[in-house]
Amino acid sequence: MTSLVLVEHEGGQVKDATLATVTAATKLGDVHLLVAGQGVGAVTEAAAKIAGVGKVLAADDASLAHNLAENVAPLVAGLMASYDAFVTPATTTGKNIAPRVAALLDVMQISDILSVEGADTFTRPIYAGNAIATVKSSDAKKVITVRTTAFEKAAASGGSGTVETVTGAGDKGISSFVGAELSKSERPELTSAKIIVSGGRAFGSSDQFHSLLDPLADKLKAGVGASRAAVDAGYAPNDYQVGQTGKIVAPEVYIAIGISGAIQHLAGMKDSKTIVAINKDEDAPIFQVADVGLVGDLFKIVPELTEKL
Amino acid sequence: MKLLVAVKRVIDFNVKPRVKADGTGVDLANVKMSMNPFDEIAVEEAIRLKEKGAATEIVAVSIGPAKAQETLRTALAMGADRAILIQTDDEVEPLAVAKLLAKVTEEEQPGLVILGKQAIDDDSNQTGQMLAALLGWPQGTFASKVELSGDKVDVTREVDGGLETVKLSTPAVVTTDLRLNEPRYASLPNIMKAKSKPLATKAPADYGVDTAPRLQTLKVAEPPKRSAGVKVADVDELIGKLKTLGVVA
Ligand SMILES: Cc1cc2nc3c(=O)[nH]c(=O)nc-3n(C[C@H](O)[C@H](O)[C@H](O)COP(=O)(O)OP(=O)(O)OC[C@H]3O[C@@H](n4cnc5c(N)ncnc54)[C@H](O)[C@@H]3O)c2cc1C
Ligand SMILES: Nc1ncnc2c1ncn2[C@@H]1O[C@H](COP(=O)(O)O)[C@@H](O)[C@H]1O
Repeated sequence: MTSLVLVEHEGGQVKDATLATVTAATKLGDVHLLVAGQGVGAVTEAAAKIAGVGKVLAADDASLAHNLAENVAPLVAGLMASYDAFVTPATTTGKNIAPRVAALLDVMQISDILSVEGADTFTRPIYAGNAIATVKSSDAKKVITVRTTAFEKAAASGGSGTVETVTGAGDKGISSFVGAELSKSERPELTSAKIIVSGGRAFGSSDQFHSLLDPLADKLKAGVGASRAAVDAGYAPNDYQVGQTGKIVAPEVYIAIGISGAIQHLAGMKDSKTIVAINKDEDAPIFQVADVGLVGDLFKIVPELTEKL
Repeated sequence: MKLLVAVKRVIDFNVKPRVKADGTGVDLANVKMSMNPFDEIAVEEAIRLKEKGAATEIVAVSIGPAKAQETLRTALAMGADRAILIQTDDEVEPLAVAKLLAKVTEEEQPGLVILGKQAIDDDSNQTGQMLAALLGWPQGTFASKVELSGDKVDVTREVDGGLETVKLSTPAVVTTDLRLNEPRYASLPNIMKAKSKPLATKAPADYGVDTAPRLQTLKVAEPPKRSAGVKVADVDELIGKLKTLGVVA
């Protein structure tokens, strides 16, 4: 069985999410990669070095520059004649493209897999991770998105894949990229950070969110996350949101501050190795999952913690 | 322009789901059910487009059991004009839902179909993208802003790195993210009025769509449980713990 994995890349580099996805796909058999974009020479070279990769298909075209699903999906669907599975990370890019491919192939996608139990059997979270379903696909070809926190990253080097050029159908002419407002940060990306400090509604304002959390994150070299309530209130940008419908993270240490621990939030962080919670309400649900809890006022605790670290 | 909105009846987001002891699924007996929160946002967005004069009629569609009528009545009470229930007691997977919605779309010819980005029960996040593929239409997924102008629609999308805007030609499919809008509550008079708005009931067979599942659920289990740990008394003790964890030197 051979899988085609869509490479997620930015600035000429392969993203970590792809490496975990390769590991998941390896459990199904041989792995080939697809690099789609414009000016993808460097990424293609990097992709060919990923351990365990047999072949890299490079599709270089202006119509593929911004991952527009309308243009990428038909390219993939065309290539799938030679593959048994199409696998992407469950990132916003993967979640945008994979179901479009699945429908073109008339197969039911298996979203967000946590494990590969067999060639056609997988586990996946449902109901905000409050239940884990084992599902068996009867489709001849599989379309799969991968929860990247559930798989080790494949080594980025050591492989020696061959490179082949492929061409898509070009621009469908029904969509175009207008622009992006990407958060710039010197901090580690949430999905690969070793430590995350995360703030909730309790911070009360954007100023307090940043003036309290940023110095703490600096001391710990941590990424910064937020609850939905904090994002909705404008304390932090949308890409900070951790949860069922935000980012799924599993760092070594997750420090939840002024976050109550709603099931939708827990869904995004409860696989963290160690959870630390700071909350003034000793009955806050977050304490039910925290390894270390401190009951008290964050406005006192956070500055003291930052200073003493 | 006509708008089509897809609404699913799901477990209420405030309820903590419980896995059935026999491992066949999640216990939904006597559990509060509501409209999928992302679909409320979809209905709200449609109403706002109509209020702005950009749309003329809103049709809400649900695929599900007879009780999904309640979900459609909620959509009507919020401001949708009419509703279609494609009634079935079987579980219908996103691919089949997308096929049914594609048929309804061909019949109704809307300029936009608005769906939630994700149903909070199956957490699939795929129906809208599948529908767009089946129709050959563009898709604006995870939308936090939708702006119609002429025969184009600009959709700002919540992506992993921040926000991204795409321009789509209409007709198009849009899926909603949390920050697109804040859905209104239906007023009592509107709830009363909704009772007399048209609601058509159909069956999957009326559309000639095969809804046989492609995925078989072998087992549903509880996730590994985390047990509550220790409480520390103060910041010094917390730092002590962080040290034993190797987080700080
Ligand atoms: C469809 C849907 C999807 C959702 N997806 C997500 C998601 O992906 N991620 C997510 O996070 N949420 C999500 N939510 C929202 C979720 O249900 C909660 O509303 C949200 O997580 C609450 O955020 P919070 O804990 O910051 O706020 P609150 O629940 O208001 O909690 C604030 C906490 O701060 C504590 N506190 C207050 N003052 C202080 C102080 N001075 N010092 C210390 N502690 C203090 C309080 O005791 C309380 O526990 C979703 C909801 C829906 C309906
Ligand atoms: N049975 C259904 N009836 C109506 N709409 C649905 C149904 N299932 C899914 N949808 C729509 O598709 C969206 C995404 O669902 P899903 O792909 O299952 O996560 C939902 O938010 C709804 O708008």
